[in-house]
Amino acid sequence: MAKKKESPQGTEWNYSPSPESTTHVKLEKRYALFINNEWVAPSSKAYFPTLNPANETVISEIAWANDKDVDKAVRAARKAYQEVWSKLSGAERGKYLFRIARMMQEKSRELAVIESMDCGKPIRESRDIDIPLACNHFFYYAGWADKLEYAFPTKNPKPLGVAGQIIPWNFPLLMAAWKIAPALAAGNTVVLKPAETTSLTALKLAEIIKESGLPPGVVNIVTGHGDTGAAIVNHPDIDKIAFTGSTNVGKIIQRSVAGTHKKTTLELGGKSANIIFDDAPIDQAVEGIVNGIFFNQGHVCCAGSRLFVQENVAEEVIRKLKHRMESLYVGDPLDKNTDIGAINSKEQLDTINRYIKIGIEEGAEIHQSQCAIPSQGFFCRPTLFIGVSQSHTIAQEEIFGPVLSIQTFRTVDEVIQKANNTPYGLAAGVWTDKGSRIFNLTTQLKAGVVWANTYNKFDPVSPFGGYKESGFGREGGLHGLGAYLKLS
Amino acid sequence: MSIPRDFNLLLSNLSIDKVGVEERVARFQTRSIKNEAKHQGLKMVLNMIDLTTLEGKDTPGKVRQMCYKAHHLHDTHSGIPSVAAVCVYPTMVGIAKEALKNTSVKVASVSTAFPAGQSSMEVKLTDTRLAVDRGADEIDMVISRGKFLAGEYAFVFDEIAAIKEACGPARLKVILETGELSTLDNVRKASEIAILAGADFIKTSTGKIQPAATMQVTYTMLMAIKDHYDKTGLMVGMKPAGGISTSKLALHNLVMVKEILGSAWLSNEWFRFGASSLANDVLMQLLKLESGRYQSSDYFTID
Repeated sequence: MAKKKESPQGTEWNYSPSPESTTHVKLEKRYALFINNEWVAPSSKAYFPTLNPANETVISEIAWANDKDVDKAVRAARKAYQEVWSKLSGAERGKYLFRIARMMQEKSRELAVIESMDCGKPIRESRDIDIPLACNHFFYYAGWADKLEYAFPTKNPKPLGVAGQIIPWNFPLLMAAWKIAPALAAGNTVVLKPAETTSLTALKLAEIIKESGLPPGVVNIVTGHGDTGAAIVNHPDIDKIAFTGSTNVGKIIQRSVAGTHKKTTLELGGKSANIIFDDAPIDQAVEGIVNGIFFNQGHVCCAGSRLFVQENVAEEVIRKLKHRMESLYVGDPLDKNTDIGAINSKEQLDTINRYIKIGIEEGAEIHQSQCAIPSQGFFCRPTLFIGVSQSHTIAQEEIFGPVLSIQTFRTVDEVIQKANNTPYGLAAGVWTDKGSRIFNLTTQLKAGVVWANTYNKFDPVSPFGGYKESGFGREGGLHGLGAYLKLS
Repeated sequence: MSIPRDFNLLLSNLSIDKVGVEERVARFQTRSIKNEAKHQGLKMVLNMIDLTTLEGKDTPGKVRQMCYKAHHLHDTHSGIPSVAAVCVYPTMVGIAKEALKNTSVKVASVSTAFPAGQSSMEVKLTDTRLAVDRGADEIDMVISRGKFLAGEYAFVFDEIAAIKEACGPARLKVILETGELSTLDNVRKASEIAILAGADFIKTSTGKIQPAATMQVTYTMLMAIKDHYDKTGLMVGMKPAGGISTSKLALHNLVMVKEILGSAWLSNEWFRFGASSLANDVLMQLLKLESGRYQSSDYFTID
């Protein structure tokens, strides 16, 4: 048997800082609204700052659109729809989308750096996931533009008209791509509002769109806060509202559009179950837990925030998870070795900390990684709660941060019941070596997406969306295209 | 032969998902090692190399030249460490031992009818004793892959245990020859058998079979070492061998060791690279870091 080590102590070896360069990034001091392919000053004359959440410095100022500005954008979109875009052949629309996709790829490095600066997510993710996936959505839907009749045979697909699109701050450019690409491929024009804390990549996309020569008015980007979003939702000349964001706002939108002609898709919150059975590949499952809850600081609507571990392997899984958490680096989003970046805003950090306090008060056992975190900026250590009950607040409400609640279970029936016992139904993960068990669970879990032996995998071809309070309608794939078409 | 029930219970029977391992490994490869970390890492790599020659055409002359290189990697530059060990066939152990006396470089010898291991226990024991008697500090044995694939795990275990006994004070590295085991589940199982049977090190490959030390395989073996340590508090060493010929790949291997096993394993006491051409690439990168320029390979000696 190997001896316990007596001699050398080993070596402390720490990674040197490896920050991605920002010198190639071009940002304006102030951004106006993008309407009719022109930069238009807001009639409100109001601007608000956008912060880098990692160091709390102002990166740029963003126009705050009011009702009048939104009306201007909707008129531009309507005109472009009637006079140009709906008359163009699918093949021509596809060409524009392919061109935008290629230009995004060419500028991917700049887009990734800006995304990390404005949003707080690590450059590893914006570079390897967000931006490439955003490009892929444009490529994917570009291919469908001239094949709508084949995508929906005998359904006589026709565009809806003007789409109002409101997107969240967790995947700013990716969400813009999810919304714009299928809308345009189907022949609609759009008015898009990015989230107030993360407008920059959408505005860079506007620059690309202008440069691509897309006809004026096809894509309009109006920035602002909640009132700007409300102006879009309530505008009478909009045919379709697509919203991704919180369940609360989703409910308000649903009330506003009730009784109107507007079609709606809502992609809302989640409290998704990640289920580990005793026959799972444990080390890979631990990695899946990490990807499920710590990806993008946990700012993921489908985050695997409720972990269910079969009781006979719970100790092993938790021990390995704790060890794995110690090799997650929290810090400068622009450093290539950072695994977990900055929380997007002070407000969100306060929310997360409030839930952590509630978790402690409710008696769950807290464990946080020991890593150093920067003194400036908004940061949160990866956090586990062990011994959580189904009735704990932290097991019921969406936290939208790097906080995992862990419950144990004994039988398959028990875990299905508990996983479904939530107002949400966006996603779930199942980890087991048994193929038959995977299919049993995928048919019984009430979730829009069920991943087997993986988590947080996205692809333009695969539809995404939820059950119950996680919303309705699907984005991605043919389902996502159908959401922007009138089908007979 | 069926597996003795009690013996099988000792193994974890942990299942391994290859796709998940590939993703994990890809993530290690995104670690960016720059500046001081790179400098320190490269020197560490040099100091962990088992400089190897395992050829039918090996001669005393060749072995002596390699031994000199082992502790004079690049004399025109100060602060370059020596390698950890040289690795030779049993017949060359005496030559290497003589050439390396009064140095810190250890002599490792392959044994047990390397590389196929297709011989009797008697021959394997004699082979091992020959190397140890001639002064080998370390023995690199091969497991019987045929027996392993036939499910005769107890045979494989007993063989390793017997060789361990024959090693005496020499440290035992157990070569799994992962390129012949075909699945990561098998790699995991073989790692556990070797560790339980008394391996001081587990080693991926002979260098004669492809694929050799892929990061997926090394990752799987490191996880087995980690689990054993968590259970028993006992450290086991790791030696990826074969196919690691660039600095970048070597540094990514160190990243895995650091993040899975921790800094205690970052010394040549517990981690080795089995390689013949890695040293010069590391030297080239190291000198480039200091001078800002790449030097031609003609400025680095081959032996």
